[in-house]
Amino acid sequence: MKDSLIIGDKKFTSRLFTGTGKFSSSTVMKDAILASESELVTVALKRVDVANENDDILSHLSHSSIHLLPNTSGVRTAKEAVFAAQLSREALETNWVKLEIHPDPRYLLPDPIETLKAAEALVKQGFVVMPYIHADPVLCKRLEDVGVQCVMPLGAPIGSNKGLKTIDFLEIIIAQSTVPVIVDAGIGAPSHAAYAMELGADAVLVNTAIAVSQNPIAMAKAFRLAVEAGRLAYTAKLAAIRNTAEASSPLTSFLNE
Amino acid sequence: MSNFTPLLNSYNWDTIVADIYNKTTVDVEAALHNNNRTLEDFKALISPAAKPYLEQMAQLSSALTKKRFGNTMQMYAPMYLSNECQNICTYCGFSLTNKIPRRTLTDSEILKEATFLKNKGYNHILLVTGEANKTVGVTYINNAIKLLKKEFANITIEVQPLDQDEYELLAKNGLYAVLVYQETYHREEYKKHHPKGKKSNFDYRLETPDRLGKAGVHKIGIGALFGLEDWRADSFFTAMHLQYLQKTYWQTKYSISFPRLRPHSGGLEPKVVMEDADLAQVICAYRLLDEDIELSMSTRESEKFRNNIINLGITSISAASKTNPGGYVVEPQSLEQFEISDERSTEAVTQMLKSKGFEVVWKDWENRW
Repeated sequence: MKDSLIIGDKKFTSRLFTGTGKFSSSTVMKDAILASESELVTVALKRVDVANENDDILSHLSHSSIHLLPNTSGVRTAKEAVFAAQLSREALETNWVKLEIHPDPRYLLPDPIETLKAAEALVKQGFVVMPYIHADPVLCKRLEDVGVQCVMPLGAPIGSNKGLKTIDFLEIIIAQSTVPVIVDAGIGAPSHAAYAMELGADAVLVNTAIAVSQNPIAMAKAFRLAVEAGRLAYTAKLAAIRNTAEASSPLTSFLNE
Repeated sequence: MSNFTPLLNSYNWDTIVADIYNKTTVDVEAALHNNNRTLEDFKALISPAAKPYLEQMAQLSSALTKKRFGNTMQMYAPMYLSNECQNICTYCGFSLTNKIPRRTLTDSEILKEATFLKNKGYNHILLVTGEANKTVGVTYINNAIKLLKKEFANITIEVQPLDQDEYELLAKNGLYAVLVYQETYHREEYKKHHPKGKKSNFDYRLETPDRLGKAGVHKIGIGALFGLEDWRADSFFTAMHLQYLQKTYWQTKYSISFPRLRPHSGGLEPKVVMEDADLAQVICAYRLLDEDIELSMSTRESEKFRNNIINLGITSISAASKTNPGGYVVEPQSLEQFEISDERSTEAVTQMLKSKGFEVVWKDWENRW
């Protein structure tokens, strides 16, 4: 059976989700996304002109393999987030939303209280809600309780490329989650992505590391391969890590004598 | 509630100047190697001792900017609404005593200018006025914002300082950001350049960002007018002001601008000349101090300088600006606030950006939320 990921009503073959920011042009963005084979691509609502049919970003994302994931970046409260999601559903004809509420414009860290409130309201309104949050295991369970379809804990501050700084909490989240766990933010290298997948993350979302690379298309491919490798390793079950070489059984061998 | 004035008052201008000029190459190298740079590092980076390290600073600044902002450049356009002004400012073309025809745009004129800028592609707009509270008071500005909210995704104003409740009103009606430059943080020099009008009140201007923070305006732009006083000291005080604001109003976004004195009718010669290399140094120093701060560059600077400085830390620029009310279509011949230097068309500037590997960003906000 093919190892696919299901979120909401959609089945994904690729476990690499990507973003659309920071690229040098929309053409490079599109080529990189296609090279990544990503099927879910997040786009900031504030960056697109939904009234404009020829919007540069949207027209470049119009492709059969790309499913659009509008995000609410820029909102500061639950109320603004709900309004943004409603606008997005109307304009982009999708009930999927990546819920990002960061009242702090400097580090773009998510507000857990507003996120939970908005998630609850949006689920009730029929949205597929993908919340960007701290790697907080309790918050993840609370979000599950209100019906989100996945959780998106951060690996490190967004755009920092620092890797899985929150690993201890990510492991708890992965262990106890009943919805897919997507590690979002902070993944700066394919090795970070592979590591997240080896840990059992269901997918990763990568933007800056691809967009800002000297060669975004090659980097997108590198991330694709890393995510595939990490997932394969996870399903194949990694051998345990040992600190010493294991010889025979010096303490119990007498039992066999 | 607290404000910035007591903090500024606890500093002595001459001591800060001496601190900066006494920095050595040891201080500069330490500042370059630190990961989390402090205001002391910033002093070293803007000091004369850092001059030989400018290339190194530029490389670091460029890399940090790219990491945080990617290969993008935000475009904005100023729209001057009025040149009426009750202030005397020694360096400004709109100063009360300048005998120029005064003009304030009507609703239909504002919309004409807006259509022109929309057609050029602009979606982020900066509304500018002088300070004439009877004709161009908060009612006028509020009306302009309401008119333009449908046209532009992002509205910034650069007008006289207002009270907190006035900012709250404007924010409710679609205002995104306010630019308010202290001009100089040197109290006595400030008085010399602003002898008359409401602007002569140093503290009221200084505390404007506090009122903006309390009012919940999304973004505050600060800066100093380079040429009035020692640019190094003024940059230090701007950076200190920035850090105070960031800690106090953590939900607000900030930007820094770098206006240098430009010629205008009845103009003032700069007291302290700032060379291109100085301006490049201070821009890089800001980026090394703060990875996330927006740094903005207007058409005051030359084509050559702008073509190159965009790689060193700048995140938003304007193009083909007019600094006179109605300058785009309504009355192109009215008198400008200052002469712009880079006179290229919007198309020429965006083409240049694309050729240098930047994606031109027209829209990065949604004002319907």
